[in-house]
Amino acid sequence: MENSKSKYLTLFLSTLQLSAFTFGGGFVIIPLMRKKFVEKLHWLDEQEMMDFAAIAQSSPGAIAVNASILIGYRIAGLPGALVTVAGTVLPPLVIITVISFFYAAFRSNPIVSMVMAGMSAGVAAVICDVVYTMGRSVLQLRRVLPVVIMAAAFVAACFFDVSVIVIILLCGAAGAWDTLRRGRGKGNGEA
Amino acid sequence: MIYLQLLWSFFQIGLFSIGGGYATMPLIQHQVVELHPWLTMTQFSDIITISQMTPGPIAINSATFVGIQVAGIPGALVATVGCVLPSCCIVTALAYVYYRFKGLAMVQGILFGLRPAVVAMIASSGVSLLLLAFYGQSLLPADPLRPDWIAVGLFAAAFFVLRRFKADPIWVMAGAGAAGVLLYSVL
Repeated sequence: MENSKSKYLTLFLSTLQLSAFTFGGGFVIIPLMRKKFVEKLHWLDEQEMMDFAAIAQSSPGAIAVNASILIGYRIAGLPGALVTVAGTVLPPLVIITVISFFYAAFRSNPIVSMVMAGMSAGVAAVICDVVYTMGRSVLQLRRVLPVVIMAAAFVAACFFDVSVIVIILLCGAAGAWDTLRRGRGKGNGEA
Repeated sequence: MIYLQLLWSFFQIGLFSIGGGYATMPLIQHQVVELHPWLTMTQFSDIITISQMTPGPIAINSATFVGIQVAGIPGALVATVGCVLPSCCIVTALAYVYYRFKGLAMVQGILFGLRPAVVAMIASSGVSLLLLAFYGQSLLPADPLRPDWIAVGLFAAAFFVLRRFKADPIWVMAGAGAAGVLLYSVL
C-alpha cells in the first residue's frame, strides 16, 4: 500500500513538474517525459515512449494531456491516468487563473519577454536534442523503410504543411504493408 | 446553466482538436467568440499571446481564462474538465487497446511505421521553434544571416549542455530563461 501510494505521488509530482515547463507547444512534453520516465525512473522503454507520442499526437485533445494519460494508465491503470491528468492540468489552471487578474501588465512586462526569448532558445535546443537521440535510434535499425518514412514525413510536415492525421495514416499503412510483405516472404512464418 | 454551457463548449473543443496546438485555435474562437459572447476578439488574441508565454496546452489555457471571465474560478474548473474529458475517455481506451494487442505482428508493423514519423513530426516542430527563437517568426525571413545572435548563442550553449552532460531539460530551459534576462538587459 505504502509502495503504491508513493507511486501515485511520483506520478503526480512528475507530471506536475513536466507540465509547468511545457513551453512552446505540445511536443515539448515528449523530451521531458522521455528524460523522466525512460532515463530516470526506467518505467517505460524507448519504444513505448515513441508509441505514446504517436498515440497522443493522433488522438483528440492536447498532446501533453494525452501523453500523461498513457503514462498514468501504463504505470497504475485508470486511477494512475486520473492522477497524471490532474498533475498535467493543474499548472496551466493555476498560472492562467493568477495571470487573468492582471494580464495586461503581464503581457507588456519587459522582464517576462526577456525570459521568454531566452527560454525559447532553450526549448529549441531540448527539441533538437531529442530528435538527435530518437533519430539515431531509427537509423540504428539499419533498415531502409524507417529512414524513408522519417525523411518523407519530415518533408511533408515541414515544407508542405501536410496534416498530422494524413501523415500518421500513411506511415501506419506503410508499416502494415511492410509486415504483410515480410510475412509472405517468410512463408507466413510468424504472422 | 452557464456551467453546463461551458462544459459542453469545451468538451467539443477537446473532442475535435486533433493535432494539438494551433490547430485548436479556430475551434476555440468559434466557440467562445462567435457562438457565445464570452470573449471579444481582442481578449481572444490576448489569451493566445498569454498561452505562448505560459506553459500548458492552448486549449487548457483558454478554458481557464474563459471560465474565469464568465463564471469565476468554478467556471474555470468546469471548462477545464470539459476540455480534458474527451481525451480521458478516448486515450484510456486506446491505451487499453495498445497493451492488449501490442504483441500482434500487424500492430507491431503499424507502430514500426509510426515511430520514424513521430521523430519527423517532432523535428518539424523543432524547425518552427528554432526559427521562432532565432528570427521571432516561424518562417525563414528574407535575410537569414541576421538572426538574434543572443538566441543563437543560448541555443548552442543549451544544446551542448544537453548532449555533453545529459542535463535535465527542465533546468536547461530555466537556465536559458535566466540567461536571457541577463544577456538581453546587458547587451
